[in-house]
Amino acid sequence: MATKEEQPQALENKEEPKEDGELPLVVVLRPKSFNLPLEDRLQSHFHLLDPNDSPDESIESFLSRRAHSARALLCVGLTPLTADTLCLLPSLELVVGSSAGVEHIDLHECRRRGITVTGASAAFSEDAADYAVALLIDVLRRISAADRFVRGRLWPVKGEHPLGFKLGGKRVGIVGLGNIGSQIAKRLVAFGCSIAYNSRKKKPSIPFPYHANVWDLAANSDVLIVCCALTEDTHHIINKDVMTALGKEGVIINVGRGPLVDEKELVQFLVRGEIGGAGLDVFENEPDVPKELFKLDNVVLSPHCAVVTLESFAALQDLVMANLKAFFSNKPLVSLVQNE
Amino acid sequence: MATEDNEVEDPRPLVLIHNLPSFKLPLQDRLITHFRLFDSLASPEASSVRALICVGPTPVTADTLDHLPSLRLVVGSSAGLDHVDLAECRRRGIAVTNSGDAYSENVADYAVALLLDVLRRVSAADRFVRSGLWPQMGEYPLGCKLGGKRIGIVGLGSIGSEVAKRLVAFGCTVAYNSRNKKPSVMYPYYANVHDLAVNSDVLIVCCALTNETHHIINKDVLTALGREGVIINVGRGALVDEKELVQFLVQGEIGGAGLDVFENEPKVPKELFALDNVVLSPHLAVLTPESFEALNKVIIANLKAFFSNKPLLSPFQQE
Repeated sequence: MATKEEQPQALENKEEPKEDGELPLVVVLRPKSFNLPLEDRLQSHFHLLDPNDSPDESIESFLSRRAHSARALLCVGLTPLTADTLCLLPSLELVVGSSAGVEHIDLHECRRRGITVTGASAAFSEDAADYAVALLIDVLRRISAADRFVRGRLWPVKGEHPLGFKLGGKRVGIVGLGNIGSQIAKRLVAFGCSIAYNSRKKKPSIPFPYHANVWDLAANSDVLIVCCALTEDTHHIINKDVMTALGKEGVIINVGRGPLVDEKELVQFLVRGEIGGAGLDVFENEPDVPKELFKLDNVVLSPHCAVVTLESFAALQDLVMANLKAFFSNKPLVSLVQNE
Repeated sequence: MATEDNEVEDPRPLVLIHNLPSFKLPLQDRLITHFRLFDSLASPEASSVRALICVGPTPVTADTLDHLPSLRLVVGSSAGLDHVDLAECRRRGIAVTNSGDAYSENVADYAVALLLDVLRRVSAADRFVRSGLWPQMGEYPLGCKLGGKRIGIVGLGSIGSEVAKRLVAFGCTVAYNSRNKKPSVMYPYYANVHDLAVNSDVLIVCCALTNETHHIINKDVLTALGREGVIINVGRGALVDEKELVQFLVQGEIGGAGLDVFENEPKVPKELFALDNVVLSPHLAVLTPESFEALNKVIIANLKAFFSNKPLLSPFQQE
């Protein structure tokens, strides 16, 4: 058995770092500015091929030259993975995503080529759910507005502050009952909310009422929480009709992707008081946020940070490592992407 | 016929509404179907009235009680009763009720909201976006996950229990301190707040303000809670040594705070305005239209029980 003196570099009990030439190849695609905290951990197990290491060369040239036999690719952040890139990787069998969503990856092309894709939503789902609930209570009880009121020295002067609304008893409609949606449901039940949902398909094991389309869900809800994947079918899934069905007291929370909501329409509804409020972590053209929203007290805005915690990044690293190791040892993958 | 009308007795019991001018009892008009109301201690009816409704933090002192020789019941309209001289009421055989469960869910929701806001920087993020900083600065600092945090509840009464229930659903663990251990409760009990603080990442203060609980969150407890610790106060300002808390926050010796109540409302220590790990609120935790309805029901139920010699719905009990 190895003692600490003999193997000061050993990271885990049973594994030993291999010779560099024996390490499996993993292509890493990341935006230039994006540091990869995971790099050290990855490098002790895999030989990383990162086009950013060869800045004088085009990505296409780099991959053609070096990545011919690479079987796995790590897609960092929201770097697009297109059919063109996949063409340069004839041996590719696995794409490891590192964000909650995978709409930046050409899933269709991956499927066509028999390439498996893993996602990272399991690492983020609790934090995303926490944030969705935080946004909802904030909108209903006007937490941030109250904080502004106090910081603006208005309390002594202005005395009263508008009332908020109770969370318990609200009918919450969850759009997309995947990892994140399920975690949200679990939390809101503890607050006394009732839950219903819409997903691509009804889920037999779920006790909550299912609505086959988002319009019906909206008509029967006080709150809509949007946490589904962005695909061709879900673009602007929250549109004018849905907002009208939700009603004047309705609240929309979006922790999915900006384009899930028709943002122009939502802004109109909010400005005209035709909807009760909104909590938005994502926007159609980040980091641009419609300025009309800055004046509204029934809106809570956040800079796409629903998953941004120390703990979720640590969980993400573990998940990425687990998927890559499983793949190269021919074991079952941890977090296959399945369309919700 | 009509000539005898003014001799028909009004069956409604007499109740005094005791309130400072700045505090109105919401939905007061609902009460008049059940009770005959008056609102001045100087009125001749003060000598015979047996019950009063104390609105908001309007004080009920020995002097107040001296005006009301027949009084047997004080109905509070808030969860806390630190503005009522409870010892004097006890001495005179006057029962006291509070708002019971009417506010508990609202306050619990608010406490959880404040905690999420502090840990995940929700209000700070909202400020960041509204000030136009997002396009300039790009990234936003990391927050802290709520799940797995050890929550210490100071005062496991109606509100504290509702807080616990919610936080368990987020994956937190819960422990508590109360005047007495509660045999039917599964969460670990600590006999004093210092020990609770040592074993917690977060303290949520929701106990009653009494002589014993004044500044129950003091320098010692704040130190025990630690540099990453978070304090949420939805009880009363004076439960926390505010001067000390401000120092800890300013010096970075504690992780953050969510405060709905302050020692000298509406004054809030200005040093807090510059801090992003603090969320401030103007004593709103109970306020929703739904809670007024619930309060009304509790007030009416207590009064009706009293006037029919039945057990009171929400006699005040210290946790």
